[in-house]
Amino acid sequence: MATSPFFTDLDQIFIILRDWLVGFLPASWRPAACVVLEVIIIICVFPGLFALTTVFERKGLGRMQNRLGPNRVGPYGLFQPIADGIKALIKEDIVPFSANAVVHFLAPLSLVVAVFMEFAVLPMGRNMVLVDLDAGLLFFFSMSVSTELSVFMAGWSSRNKYSLLGAMRAVAQMISYEVVLLLSSVSVVMIAGSLSLSTIVAAQSSYSGIFPHWYIFTPWGLAGFVMYAIAATAETNRSPFDLPEGESELVAGYHTEYSGFKFALFFLGEYLAMFSISGLGTTLFLGGWSAPLSFLTFIPSWIWFFSKVMLSIFVFIWMRGTLPRLRQDQLMNFAWKFCLPYTLLNLIVTAFWHFMGEGWMRWVVCTAILAAIYVFMGRVEMRSEHFGPRRYRYAE
Amino acid sequence: MTSMGMTTPLAGYLLVAALLFAIGLAGALVRRNAILVLIGIELMLNAANLNLIAFWRFGPHPEALTGMMFALFSIAVAAAEAAVGLGLVIAIHRQTNTTELDKIDRMKG
Amino acid sequence: MNVVFYLLAAITLAGGLAAVLLKHLVHCALATTVAFAGLALLFLQLDAQFAGFAQILVYIGAVAILIVFTILLTRGSELPKGGVFSRTWFVGLVIAAGVFAVLAWAVLESVRGIPQQTAVPAVTVHDIGNALVGRYVLPLEIVGLLLTAATIGAVIVAMHEKERRQ
Repeated sequence: MATSPFFTDLDQIFIILRDWLVGFLPASWRPAACVVLEVIIIICVFPGLFALTTVFERKGLGRMQNRLGPNRVGPYGLFQPIADGIKALIKEDIVPFSANAVVHFLAPLSLVVAVFMEFAVLPMGRNMVLVDLDAGLLFFFSMSVSTELSVFMAGWSSRNKYSLLGAMRAVAQMISYEVVLLLSSVSVVMIAGSLSLSTIVAAQSSYSGIFPHWYIFTPWGLAGFVMYAIAATAETNRSPFDLPEGESELVAGYHTEYSGFKFALFFLGEYLAMFSISGLGTTLFLGGWSAPLSFLTFIPSWIWFFSKVMLSIFVFIWMRGTLPRLRQDQLMNFAWKFCLPYTLLNLIVTAFWHFMGEGWMRWVVCTAILAAIYVFMGRVEMRSEHFGPRRYRYAE
Repeated sequence: MTSMGMTTPLAGYLLVAALLFAIGLAGALVRRNAILVLIGIELMLNAANLNLIAFWRFGPHPEALTGMMFALFSIAVAAAEAAVGLGLVIAIHRQTNTTELDKIDRMKG
Repeated sequence: MNVVFYLLAAITLAGGLAAVLLKHLVHCALATTVAFAGLALLFLQLDAQFAGFAQILVYIGAVAILIVFTILLTRGSELPKGGVFSRTWFVGLVIAAGVFAVLAWAVLESVRGIPQQTAVPAVTVHDIGNALVGRYVLPLEIVGLLLTAATIGAVIVAMHEKERRQ
């Protein structure tokens, strides 16, 4: 797997650039300057990707709905984010009279701060982690739960029925799917043996022949990845789990009363959460920065990481354009009655995988168990569906 | 490292924990609402956790991990107790339509 | 005893004070969250990484949200008529001040026997995992049982009773 020095340098180009820039400073300032430079790069790159994603989403959704997306501003509408940004910045910032001003102001701030912190532990390339924490995965999930409280703060402080309802629904959905997210990551931690994300990626960067050892190519990894993807969609309040912000239901949910820059901050926070959770899914299941086939390792690692993240974002957009929205009780039932038991049983199957040792036997056994559980649970769930005339339940 | 009369870092952490404990105790004893009593209890438990971690860090055998384990189990138990306590508050509210402790006195006397 | 410690201690104590003094319940809950966050940062300063992140995950991610949901479900947004402090508030304050006086005296008196500064313990998550399934496996299993019982109990206690409605 020896690649020429040109490709190795290309792989490490950002590290080389950083070291060269920081080399201008006296030696005692260098560690701090390194960190500051990397933070500035993250703060510039990911909102830039966010801007690009907004236009791709609108054009992608447009094409899926048999129409063109925005195509006026710039070639093929690619400068639309600039127009959106200027609009958001110059809009009047309206705060409702009876709203709780301090909490109303702090909610989008705390959301964006918590989401930016999540990027600190993602390995975006070989040697390209901002902070290589020993408990990196735990740090990521800690920041992820901090966003739930910001959502509640936003909804409650607006003194608006729709905001409060949207916030309560969003928080209930997020805490339910948080459990599924955590448990599906635990099976990866079991096999990799560490909570540190760079160790998890390193454990997936080997190849057998030309095929990689990514965890998604194992039965428990595939089941875990599907559960993780469902939970990630619900965590970021994306379709089909976007009842908390569905326009036809709740005006705009918890960010109804926000206008101008604060609304742009919520929008930014939601998309950045999508990026970071896709980044984590890539790291845990799709091999992080490692190449899919062993003869493609000459392509730099950061290109692979960002391609996989953008692929996940494309799947998010695809799901939004295709699937209908789930009702609140349907999505809560789905989380607690299907996803959580399936993820727990996936943990047991992962343990079987680990202790059965190498060979074809473990593939057959694990796949059989997972498929059997899926079919069985599906039948159990379907039996309790009442297909008949609609019954109405009214609020008390 | 002398500053403000405290001579060790450990003493600083212990004093912060003691002050937080006293604040939590005051909150639990002074406020009327049941939920605030539970918030006071959570603050007291957190102060005890801070004590445990401070003693683990500055104690003789930090590699034995006793303090940190104790604190982790305390966090888990406190979360369970908060869940049950708040469930009780909700159930009481459903029966008596109030959460003020002064008014829930049917078993008095 | 550096600036960071004083800052974090100030944040934590301010959060705690605000939690017990503010009138509106949701403000108290949010101030409690600030206190929890300050404590998590204090844990991180004490090199207890796992405990700090677990504190954020459990307390801010679960307990704070529980408190907030309970406030909303019990109509806590309306302020009570007779004020927020109970009639016997002075006695409570005296008791709390007494407890703090005793604890502070105990800490300051026994400062002499404590070593000044020890080396940073190199604790990895690996060590914590080994300890949890090695020496502390019995508490781990009991805590699992406790959490199961607490979950089921909380659900049953707070559940709507369906039989009476029909």
